[in-house]
Amino acid sequence: MKISVEPRIEASSGLRFVVMSTSILCAFMFGGLIMGIVGVDPVDTYVAMLEGAIGRPEYWSQGQFYSITETLVKAIPLMITSIAVGVAFKMLFWNIGAEGQLVVGAIAGSGVALFAKDYGLQSPYAGINVILMCLAGIMGGGLWALIPAFLKTRFKVNEIITTLMFNYVAILWYQYLFNVVWKDPEGMGFPGTAKFDGVWILGRISGRLHWGLGIALFSGLLVWIILDKSKWGYEIRVIGQNIKAAVYGGIDVNGNVLKVMLFSGGLAGLAGTVEVSGVSYSLQEGLSVGYGYTAIIVSWLSRLNPIAIMIVSVVFAGIMVGGDQIQMTMGLPSSVAYVLQGAMLFFVLGGDFFVRYRMTLTKGQRHADS
Amino acid sequence: MQTVDIAFWASVLSIAMAAGTSLVYATVGEIFAEKSGVLNLGVEGMMIMGAVSGFAAAYHSGNILAGVVTGSMVGGLMALIHCFVTITLLADQVVSGLAITLLGGGLASFLGQRLGVDGTPLVGLIGPRLLQIRIPYLSDIAYIGDVLFNRDIMTYSLYIVVPLVAFYIRRTRPGLFLRAVGENPQAADVMGVDVVKCRYFYTVIGGVFAGLGGVHLSLSYTPGWTESITGGRGWIAVALVIFATWDPIRSVVGALLFGGVNAIQFRMQAIGTNVPAALLNMLPYLLTIVVLVIITYFEGLRKKVGAPDALGLPYIREERV
Amino acid sequence: MEGIVKDFPGVRALDHVDFIVNRGEIHGLLGENGAGKTTLMSVLCGLYRAEAGNVYLHDSNSNSEKEVVISTPRDAIVCGVGMVHQHFRLVQSQTVLENCILGIQGSNLVVDYNAIENDIIELGKKYGMEINPEAYIWELSVGEQQRVEILKMLYRDAEILIMDEPTAVLTPQEARLLGETMKRMAIEGKTIVFITHKLDEVIEFTHRSTVLRDGKNVSTVETGNTTKRELANFMVGRDVVFSIVRPNISPGNYVLEMRGVSVYDSRGVQALKDIDIDVKSGEIIGVAGVSGNGQKELAEVATGLVGCNNGSIYIGGQDMRGCSVDGFIKAGVSHIPGDRIGVGLAGNLPVSDNLILKSYQIKEICGGLLFNKRFVDEYVDRLIDEYEVVTPGRDTLARNLSGGNQQKIVLAREIESTYRCYDDARLIVAVYPTRGLDVGATEFVRSRLVQQCSEGAGILLVSDDLEEIVAISSRIAVMYSGFIVDVVQADCVTLEDLGMLMAGESL
Repeated sequence: MKISVEPRIEASSGLRFVVMSTSILCAFMFGGLIMGIVGVDPVDTYVAMLEGAIGRPEYWSQGQFYSITETLVKAIPLMITSIAVGVAFKMLFWNIGAEGQLVVGAIAGSGVALFAKDYGLQSPYAGINVILMCLAGIMGGGLWALIPAFLKTRFKVNEIITTLMFNYVAILWYQYLFNVVWKDPEGMGFPGTAKFDGVWILGRISGRLHWGLGIALFSGLLVWIILDKSKWGYEIRVIGQNIKAAVYGGIDVNGNVLKVMLFSGGLAGLAGTVEVSGVSYSLQEGLSVGYGYTAIIVSWLSRLNPIAIMIVSVVFAGIMVGGDQIQMTMGLPSSVAYVLQGAMLFFVLGGDFFVRYRMTLTKGQRHADS
Repeated sequence: MQTVDIAFWASVLSIAMAAGTSLVYATVGEIFAEKSGVLNLGVEGMMIMGAVSGFAAAYHSGNILAGVVTGSMVGGLMALIHCFVTITLLADQVVSGLAITLLGGGLASFLGQRLGVDGTPLVGLIGPRLLQIRIPYLSDIAYIGDVLFNRDIMTYSLYIVVPLVAFYIRRTRPGLFLRAVGENPQAADVMGVDVVKCRYFYTVIGGVFAGLGGVHLSLSYTPGWTESITGGRGWIAVALVIFATWDPIRSVVGALLFGGVNAIQFRMQAIGTNVPAALLNMLPYLLTIVVLVIITYFEGLRKKVGAPDALGLPYIREERV
Repeated sequence: MEGIVKDFPGVRALDHVDFIVNRGEIHGLLGENGAGKTTLMSVLCGLYRAEAGNVYLHDSNSNSEKEVVISTPRDAIVCGVGMVHQHFRLVQSQTVLENCILGIQGSNLVVDYNAIENDIIELGKKYGMEINPEAYIWELSVGEQQRVEILKMLYRDAEILIMDEPTAVLTPQEARLLGETMKRMAIEGKTIVFITHKLDEVIEFTHRSTVLRDGKNVSTVETGNTTKRELANFMVGRDVVFSIVRPNISPGNYVLEMRGVSVYDSRGVQALKDIDIDVKSGEIIGVAGVSGNGQKELAEVATGLVGCNNGSIYIGGQDMRGCSVDGFIKAGVSHIPGDRIGVGLAGNLPVSDNLILKSYQIKEICGGLLFNKRFVDEYVDRLIDEYEVVTPGRDTLARNLSGGNQQKIVLAREIESTYRCYDDARLIVAVYPTRGLDVGATEFVRSRLVQQCSEGAGILLVSDDLEEIVAISSRIAVMYSGFIVDVVQADCVTLEDLGMLMAGESL
């Protein structure tokens, strides 16, 4: 007997669904196993995480949606960065640098918020200011991402490494800015810039939830339309699926690499701006917490579909908030969240194999005539 | 003035040696994996798992060796996952590597809070640590004696391991096969080299080395367990492989540079030079990019010292060409 | 080898092939592209597993035939079978020596470079293939690399050497040298299988030869008792399965003119040498030749994928110098590429996306930034309908269709894109348009091309199917090593004549 593996012609959506849900279930079981080994009750933990992420029905009936808004606050930057890397991945351009692009976007946005006033560019209307700030963030992230794209098109330099390295350069730069150059002299020695003026702050919807949610949803929708319905999206798809066919079809591959990275980096930069303008109100520690890396996992799990990305981002944010919750209430490490996220990706990657290939047991007779 | 300068550089070098040891382990491991054609972006996750498990094992057994062995095994185990997912299941190496890092980071932090006595955190516990061993006479040599011959056993091991690995890769049969598999698996395959077995083997070895790098952190450089003990060193290792153009000997130079940068700025501030620390810290990353651009752009150079041709690509035999 | 069967998805590449080679002979293995020569030999050296059939090798111990099972390359090496692949399997960044000892498990862990170096130099002297063992592969010329491939096999005492179209990449001088080497090896008792489709080389070098066609044996002959003409007949002679009459309209204006075009490939070898060719509206120009003689490059230049180093190209009278592929497309060039899966289609994209690749920029499909979904759907459905593409729907992934239907997609897209937007100067460059298709699809593709021609398109038809070329072209250009050897009228040439021209002979 031997197992023979052959590519599956077309996987039914039913099969995909079964494999996907089994994979995710396995990931949670794996997490449970780890908890069990170190003596924690998995069921209790998962229930607590769920409550942390979405709250309880009795809270909802009292009009308290704290948990849900917290989850959404975390979901906003994750959503935008995931969409950003998703666009680049769609073209098979490995943008691992969303983390750095996010940070540079935040720097650019903060720079405008802090210093535009000095140049008479501050409007009395927060709306206009925030738009200005977002544009700066988009420019910052986009131009930052353009460097590896240029190195790729001009010198064929592997983008995985360059984008990765640029993350560290960006983060060091950002730390230098808020620790030294832009440090608030009245900050009692705490590192960080001064708080932005009120007119540079994104309005809130409910609790800490700010209008960045709208920006995130809009970005997702925009990218969905671009990828699914536009000429540009079509070109991106063809390049990603078969670069030779793209060249043969007269598509400008290098031009698209530059455009897509400008766009992808711009979105990641926007995420950074939204974060400083909606949550921290200043450039300070805690901005770069790995959204750019988690985004890669999110967009991969979502198969680069912007709509799926938005949903998976919320789920991942929920897992993170749930992780924080069990840390506070049960004294368990919040890092359970990362274990679950990593495990999820592995099981889905593994499960993918069963979607792409069919395995059959055959009697191992090589010389049998067919 | 002259003596101040030498003493200054000696002390920088000394710190760089201590900080660089874990980097060299991780980098040498990654060189093994990449030489066989497997891009492993999970080094960070493997290191941190090595660090936490190594420290926990050493703490509970009271035995340093148990810690070292456990840490390296755990690193190898993490690499085995990467192998299975990317070589057997043909999943993407970049995504799998990132997931290893995410999973390793999370798992390590989780275990770090549970693996102390009776489920208490490991943080703050003081366990056994590798001691510096002063080699008589040699360590008395002016300036460099202390730098080179007053170290712990894992650093001393590198004095042998690094040249040995370099020799192994360059001059031995298995080393030759390893390079061939990473450059042109088709060619290696038709000549009877088992590509899958080779990639599994060296990637796991790479994981073992990454684990050792982590162990060195938690048992020697910053003894004990803290949440982000690796602090991105795994990623630095990935950069160092390129910086060293896939050569173990040069990786030592790179590791000293990366390890020394912090020391230099610290010392510089002490003597009042005003170079922004951030700029200094960026330097190694920027240099890595410059090296990468140069070795990609110049064709002759690329063939001599560039990345293995088949790096990151899965290998399936029965493909109709 | 006896009764070898090998299936690829959807095709039977080898159909009960028998192949017998005597010890110490040079045996020619002939056939057109896709006849199964390389596949047969890949089975012998363990790269492919045959569905059925047995392999017997001479066993010097018992001096008799013995059945062997070769399921991995390692098995083949142990049995003394070595293959020199058409695309060299060499590690570019390693030296000659290192490539030679790759895969050999020596007793000593550390490589004894000096001893091996001497062995290789000795070996080289013995067979007249001297080469510096310390040179890196990438420093070597193609001919030298080939010598390394052969040395590599000799170094591990291969008794049977399979050479897969070794002369395709060589200059005539180098080819002659290789012939000498092969003869020398045969004298030393090595057995050589020489895969080729160049007839003069078969006559010159081999003792016996076997001809394959469509994955079946045709004949095995003593080379001394045969002629090029007979071999050519074996290779190309096949039943006529269709009857499409070539269009009989008088040619109109020039749609393509190439004047003195030269192209160098990535290795710096001149792939096209001073090509002059023209195609008029209403005319099919066949390009015949053994693959690797410049046809691919000719098609790439005519479609703008490759820029020419010298000379000029005009499409419909318009100078195309410096134009991008997009420019060529907009000037009215359609291209049915030779590599359907690799270039012509994006297999993971749906049928509809593939159908609009050449027309997605036209106003009706995409006026501004967004696609006109309704128009696209109608357009795609119409093409699927008109070109009889059998598919579950327009959203099915292209890779899941059969080869014939994939080709219909390419055909529909290429014909319709020119048709719709740019009416006057239409050039269709069709490269191996019916390769690997079944009879029905083949006939469909040909009749559509002929129909296009009679409606005024000019067609440049590159094909290795001589029947096809003779049947539908008006003139035939024959290519050999980058030159156009001759341009002949299709209605007064025989297949044998073409075969001779393709082998670089003059008539």
